[in-house]
Amino acid sequence: MHLSPDDIIFWEYGFLKLNATIVFTWGLMCVLVIGSRAITRNLSIGLERARWQNLLEVVVLAIHNQIREVGLRQPRRYFAFLGTLFMFIVVATLFTVVPGYEPPTGSLSTTTALAICVFIAVPLYGIKEQGLGGYLRSYLEPTPIMLPFNVISEFSRTLALAIRLFGNIMSGTMILAILLTVTPFIFPVVMSALGLLTGMLQAYIFSILATVYIAAATSSFREDAEQDYDLDGPDDPEMKRPETR
Amino acid sequence: MLIDWFTVIAQIVNFLILVWLLKRFLYQPILRALDAREKRIAAELAAADEKKREAEKERDEFRQKNDEFEQQRSVLLHTASEEAHAERQRLIAAARTDSDDLRAQREEALKREYQDLRAVLSRRIGAEVFAIARKVLADLANTTLEAHIADAFIKRLRALSPEEKVSLASITRLSAQPLPATPAMTAAAAAETAGILIRSAFDLPATQQNAIKAAINEILETRIPVRFEARPDLISGIELIANGHKVTWNIAGYLASLEEEIGKLLKNPAEPESKAEPEAQPEPGPGFPTEPEFGAEPQAEASVKEKNAGKKKPNTPDNPETLDTPNLKPPAHIR
Repeated sequence: MHLSPDDIIFWEYGFLKLNATIVFTWGLMCVLVIGSRAITRNLSIGLERARWQNLLEVVVLAIHNQIREVGLRQPRRYFAFLGTLFMFIVVATLFTVVPGYEPPTGSLSTTTALAICVFIAVPLYGIKEQGLGGYLRSYLEPTPIMLPFNVISEFSRTLALAIRLFGNIMSGTMILAILLTVTPFIFPVVMSALGLLTGMLQAYIFSILATVYIAAATSSFREDAEQDYDLDGPDDPEMKRPETR
Repeated sequence: MLIDWFTVIAQIVNFLILVWLLKRFLYQPILRALDAREKRIAAELAAADEKKREAEKERDEFRQKNDEFEQQRSVLLHTASEEAHAERQRLIAAARTDSDDLRAQREEALKREYQDLRAVLSRRIGAEVFAIARKVLADLANTTLEAHIADAFIKRLRALSPEEKVSLASITRLSAQPLPATPAMTAAAAAETAGILIRSAFDLPATQQNAIKAAINEILETRIPVRFEARPDLISGIELIANGHKVTWNIAGYLASLEEEIGKLLKNPAEPESKAEPEAQPEPGPGFPTEPEFGAEPQAEASVKEKNAGKKKPNTPDNPETLDTPNLKPPAHIR
């Protein structure tokens, strides 16, 4: 019994090691890239298109619209990063239906890596949008007194991101493993379905939070975001209070 | 320790590679395709709009043209029907005139035919009447018609009033001298001025001629040459011509009444009237013994002849009563 796929090590040489997390991640990467390549090789711009292309278009457009709804004016600038976060977590969760598969997101190392990526990407995008001064000034909002809390918030939310995703996916996998030993029939299937749902939800939450952080770091988020919320209405109550999770 | 830092680093690298790969193979192509499709749809919509606008424009044009065409058509129809109507009226009018002309021509022809018929009839009747009268007289009274006519003529001459006699005498005197012939006279009339000419439908026997000569000489108390001439077309009787003046005894009155009767029989009321007119002209004159007739004389004779011819029938023995009718008077007159 292991908590993380990190513990399954196929090959190790000093600091270097090849564990199940990395291997499954590569596998997912291959599936994603090859699938995308296969589908997008013969893209149609006409009104008729392949079903797989239609599926990808739906997904891509959904991500695109979601990013814009959160308040980012130019979704394509952040699309690759946020979209890949979502796609990776979704696919990693989806493959849990395959026996013997260990989701890489069930490893704290993977979720930490993703959280670190967000942690680095947010200031990068912020600086890119409104300059270093402008970005740093956002730490003094609404008052300079809030500066330490803002800084703490920066770290704590990154930690929360990593732990939340890890905890959800790991717990799902763990519950499934435990239940398999207790009640081998039917109930694990239900729990597996629940795990799928949780994984999807976590994928959404993770990417949406990342989007919100980036939006907060980039220019004039507050006014625009508030306006957008007022106009369109929030799809998810979480989006109003991302910190609650 | 749940976090394996090598794995963390490896996953960061993996994630960045995945970002790049997905961007390269998924997002960009898909988004590009979406954009292309949107553009294409927009272009198609714009083209459709353009086509729709063009179609509407053409439809308006067609509608306008149609209206114009309709108007032109109705105007043309109207003018055509008007022209047809006018043409019809014109044709009807032309047909009417043509038919009128034809009818007039036919009437004219009928009239002419009728006149010819009457002329022929008059002449025949006159001749018949004379023939019958002559025969009757020869059979019953043992005398000739000519002798009676000559007698009647002589009586007529003798019955002239004194003034008439004087005027006749003066005329005959003038005629004795051919020079003073008036220039207005025709050649025929001028030729006749050389003395007194007695014209009759038949050759007068010598005895009658002598009797007439004697009577003339007695009445006029002069001796002037008297010529006798037989004119078969002059059925009616005897006439004396001197210097363009005539003294006539004829049976025109009888013939006129006979003509009237025939006209009634023919049931052509217009004809007898028109006939009566030429008759009326010579008639007023006849009362006078001397009447200038000048060059028109031969024609007047002809007309008189016609009448005479027509009037002879009443004189036929079948209808002796008519001899006593007022129509008898004209014969008594000198024409």
